[in-house]
Amino acid sequence: MTQPALHVHGRRPIHRNPLRLASVLIGGGCSAALILLPFYAVFRFALRDGWTAYLGYLVEPSTLHSIKLSLTTVAITVPVCTAFGICAAWAIAKFDFPGRKLLISLIELPLSISPIVIGAAYLFVFGREGLLGPWLLTYDLRLVFNATAIVLVTIMVTLPYIFREVLPLMQIQGNDEEQVAITLGAGPLTTFWRVTLPNIKWALLYGITLCLARGLGEYGSVAVVSGAIRNRTNTMPLQIDLLFNDFVQTGAFAVASILTSVAVVTLLVKIGVEAASRRQQKTAAHFTGVPSPRDRDLLLPGEGI
Amino acid sequence: MRDGPQEIFAATKSKPHLMAYPSTKKKRVLPGFGLTLGTSLLFTSLFIMLPLTALVVKAASTSWEQYWGYISDPRAIATYKLTLTCALWATLINISLGFWAAWILARFEFPGRRLLDAIIDLPFALPTAVAGLSLAALTVPAAPIGGYFAQHGIKIAYAIPGIVLAMSFTSFPFVVRTVQPVIEDMEPSAEEGALSLGAGPFTTFFRVLLPQIMPAIFAGGTVAFVRSLGEFGAIVFISGNLPFRTEITALLIFIRIQEYDYVGAAALASVILGFAFVTLIVMNVLQGWHYRRLAPI
Repeated sequence: MTQPALHVHGRRPIHRNPLRLASVLIGGGCSAALILLPFYAVFRFALRDGWTAYLGYLVEPSTLHSIKLSLTTVAITVPVCTAFGICAAWAIAKFDFPGRKLLISLIELPLSISPIVIGAAYLFVFGREGLLGPWLLTYDLRLVFNATAIVLVTIMVTLPYIFREVLPLMQIQGNDEEQVAITLGAGPLTTFWRVTLPNIKWALLYGITLCLARGLGEYGSVAVVSGAIRNRTNTMPLQIDLLFNDFVQTGAFAVASILTSVAVVTLLVKIGVEAASRRQQKTAAHFTGVPSPRDRDLLLPGEGI
Repeated sequence: MRDGPQEIFAATKSKPHLMAYPSTKKKRVLPGFGLTLGTSLLFTSLFIMLPLTALVVKAASTSWEQYWGYISDPRAIATYKLTLTCALWATLINISLGFWAAWILARFEFPGRRLLDAIIDLPFALPTAVAGLSLAALTVPAAPIGGYFAQHGIKIAYAIPGIVLAMSFTSFPFVVRTVQPVIEDMEPSAEEGALSLGAGPFTTFFRVLLPQIMPAIFAGGTVAFVRSLGEFGAIVFISGNLPFRTEITALLIFIRIQEYDYVGAAALASVILGFAFVTLIVMNVLQGWHYRRLAPI
């Protein structure tokens, strides 16, 4: 005889139990409110003077310049972080060498260090009084208070994001497929493009979006190293700060709305990527004859965080 | 069932003489070890090791008395107190609300569950400066939410609650994302056993379920706390930045840098790094202790 009260498998419905219903409504409501309030505020304040005023704030020259600078920055940092993320994940997931755990901790270190401290550390290396700064200056290389500094410090901050999306997937998939490809005569590049990349593409896509969003929005470390010179080294977040301090609140929110839209895009990519990887893993399970795993056992991107 | 390539390969793995390319020495089949490891080490040294070394060198470039003077400056001590207190409150909020969210996401099926699950990660994607700006705009006394609390004598923006709010927002996903998979993977047998042996739901929760989830709560809480200690962008917009009142340590470091007082900045940075590392170490020790205590069961 089975007693319904003892069924604790799987997710349970809530509609017939007032306690569960209240728990979901209050807990879910508070979480959603905490997360979504800033999103609501950004668009409400950005559009409070109407669409024409909104567009007017965006095409203002110094704002336009900050948008261009931010886009240029991520156009460099995202490919660099992608290449690094794939390289590091490949080395750590596909090979066995001492110190792998240490290397993982080192790569993920920037995630737990204050962006201000990262910016300060950058200055202590490349600044006028830094470790390498004076030596670089003898070659006329100035790496502080200019666009190069913004690019380099953004790389420092966003380095771990793609790596940590790709690594768990590569570790779970192991080497077997690549070894088969190599032993059957495929070259290293072919193996990567035809075997490894299709396996990690969804996690990689989400990692790239996240890296893009964080790169566009990096504030603390960039504020330290860029000097925030109007029309020269002002990225979008610094422009928000500048407009806010100039009491151009709606303008600040107009710039913020661009960054918020990017964040919403990462959410959409995440939803799409999850659906796609669920499909991919179900198809793989179908072809290999392995029984389809339960939904929650699928490794979804973004859940390693 | 026909053997797939994986089974065949697994079989040949244990018999080296059957490998397609027999090797005399321990040889790696996959290419690119040198290239990929070299690239990772180069980047890690250049972008992570070198700056941290430079930070330590800078902080150590002064005499002990001067270093002590920098870090025990009353204004600096006020910032430590504020940063630690607010980070602690924010972590407590994140642990309670984050555990709650993880629990309902993992245990219940309800309309909108997938959507709630997806939006949990949004604070990671929203720039901290934008979060601070919009939270400040919502909680100043002139705004609806801030106005409501102001009527009851609670000041949010430009006061401690605002800092706590900003910290909770930016580190909210950590607890949810560490606790949720643990709740999903718990074996139902222990819970069924407790319930069928006559334990009430509360006893079952506190004696059977919570001890299994506790390490994940600690781990997520630690990451959230460490992240809150270093948070800058979200807080400068909402805190008002009054020295001795609402100034956090990260901001004081920023001010020291703008004053070109690099040694002072390095000294303060070493303190905030020290807080983070001590937290991580203490939590690791606590985790080990908890697992040892659980082990005999």
